[in-house]
Amino acid sequence: MGKEMVNPRSAYGETLIELGKKHPNLVVLDADLSKSTKTILFAKKYPERFFEMGIAEANMISTAAGLASCGKIPFVSTFAVFATGRVYDQIRMDVAYSNANVKIFATHGGISVGKDGASHQMTEDLALMRVLPNMTVFAPSDATQTRRIVELMATNKGPMYARIGRASTPLIYKKEELKDISIGKGMITKDGEDVSFIACGTMVDHVLDARKILSKEGINARVIDMHTIKPIDKKLVLKCAKETNAILTAEEHSIIGGLGGAVSEILAEEGLPCRFRRMGVKDIFCESGEPADLFEKYGLNAKHIAKVANELIR
Amino acid sequence: MILKPYDDEVIKKLNVTAVKIRKHVIEMLYRAKSGHPGGSLSAVDAIVALYFHHMRHNPKKPEDPNRDRFILSKGHAAPTLYAVLAECGYFDVKELKGLREVNCMLQGHPVSLYVPGVEASTGSLGHGLSFANGVALAGKADDKKYNVYVMLGDGETDEGQIWEAAAVASHYKFDNLTALLDRNFLQIDGNTEDVLRLESVRDRWSSFGWHVIEIDGHDIGQIIDALLKADEHKNQPSMIILNTVKGKGVSFMENNVDFHGVPPNEMEYKLAMREFDVLQRRLEAS
Repeated sequence: MGKEMVNPRSAYGETLIELGKKHPNLVVLDADLSKSTKTILFAKKYPERFFEMGIAEANMISTAAGLASCGKIPFVSTFAVFATGRVYDQIRMDVAYSNANVKIFATHGGISVGKDGASHQMTEDLALMRVLPNMTVFAPSDATQTRRIVELMATNKGPMYARIGRASTPLIYKKEELKDISIGKGMITKDGEDVSFIACGTMVDHVLDARKILSKEGINARVIDMHTIKPIDKKLVLKCAKETNAILTAEEHSIIGGLGGAVSEILAEEGLPCRFRRMGVKDIFCESGEPADLFEKYGLNAKHIAKVANELIR
Repeated sequence: MILKPYDDEVIKKLNVTAVKIRKHVIEMLYRAKSGHPGGSLSAVDAIVALYFHHMRHNPKKPEDPNRDRFILSKGHAAPTLYAVLAECGYFDVKELKGLREVNCMLQGHPVSLYVPGVEASTGSLGHGLSFANGVALAGKADDKKYNVYVMLGDGETDEGQIWEAAAVASHYKFDNLTALLDRNFLQIDGNTEDVLRLESVRDRWSSFGWHVIEIDGHDIGQIIDALLKADEHKNQPSMIILNTVKGKGVSFMENNVDFHGVPPNEMEYKLAMREFDVLQRRLEAS
């Protein structure tokens, strides 16, 4: 049975158009990547509210802050590498420190970028953004959730960062399943009592597959979709720790500083007797390749996740 | 031919105000025992001309969407901006005493969140022109009549982001944007031409598609004339090169790079104040 695949980037572009209709002060900026980030959809519909900034990301971020100071809701898009690391100082000063209403929406996050290699596979962005005061950080897991997160970004004030991947991903949710989605509240996508997977972004689908593998072995895994990395849903993490006694985090990101980092901080401070593993990129730069081959090599596909979960609870 | 909307009396008043601001600056830095006298003093006359004469702004309505905006990209000249904002009435002059002190509003570098009248948080060099681009862009998009002014340090234009912003401003024909370059020829490690050559500054900005005006940055009449010319100029952003003297107004600080980031000691403070008093009396008697 094949999964229905939808590209979250298209979902982003389409949602911008819907929001553009509702919010006349919503504007979009891109740095010569509008065809890839899909902001081009908005640009075609609302050319007077789309600003091409050229390959000049630093200027783009600070310009967005200037726009926000005049009451605009700027959505800024480019690849996750260029949207965060390249412009960290601009985000720190003009967006976070100034608590500006700037929405940074990055595509091409994580290793599923594939063949372009580590120069374009951003695996540190969640950490970089999470450490900034005032910043809210999202990593939506499918196209449906992407739509809802973009809506939340447009309708809630403050600096926000979201990242999605490049590739089409399986549809996990129907629209009505996400009507109660809110910032900072993780979702119990599948319940279970033997182990909790806490995942974000594309890894939610991988842990759902791992859950199927485990169920054949009689293990009932819980799947948490932690779409908001900051503020992290501490209550839900502690609930999982108490109820399943084992947590495994999964992200297309370094195991340092991102979702795994955030969860481990909570567990360490609470001192709960909970077995714990972080799955993600293990403090290395990855390489070019087909996404599936990379997930295999770096131990991030369902088979590996299931194996690690099995070892963790044994 | 632009009619001069001022007379000698207006210029005299502005010059007296500039002395008052310089006194505040030295007093604040002496009290704070840290900060940047040189680049604060070189920037005074242009910022005084903007706030006390040229810009349309209302300290009682700092959020007025139609206000002209000023962005201090060279954030280390914060004392000058703070003193001007306080004297305009954006906040109590007493706040100036708390510069750089804990539990006080006035941070070492400007923060838009805390200080009424401060448009952008600066201090990390190179951002302000881009921020101004955003304000100019919003003004164009909404067909607003406001202008945006941004002051850059000359050393600051070493930063690559400045040239990203310069390209974007001319590409979008931001004629509602005027940059003022505090051309005092000094940065921390020495003369700008020795640290990282900037000349020809005029040619650089012209080649980026800017309308360039070059003036004496301490002559209030010239500053006002240049601002008017910049406002009237269409289809291009304007750059006013202010030829200035770092440390302007305090004899031993002038052109002295040692006073970039070192505050006056007690003796220097007293000497500076005496020089300002003499200058003020001379201006008032003229």
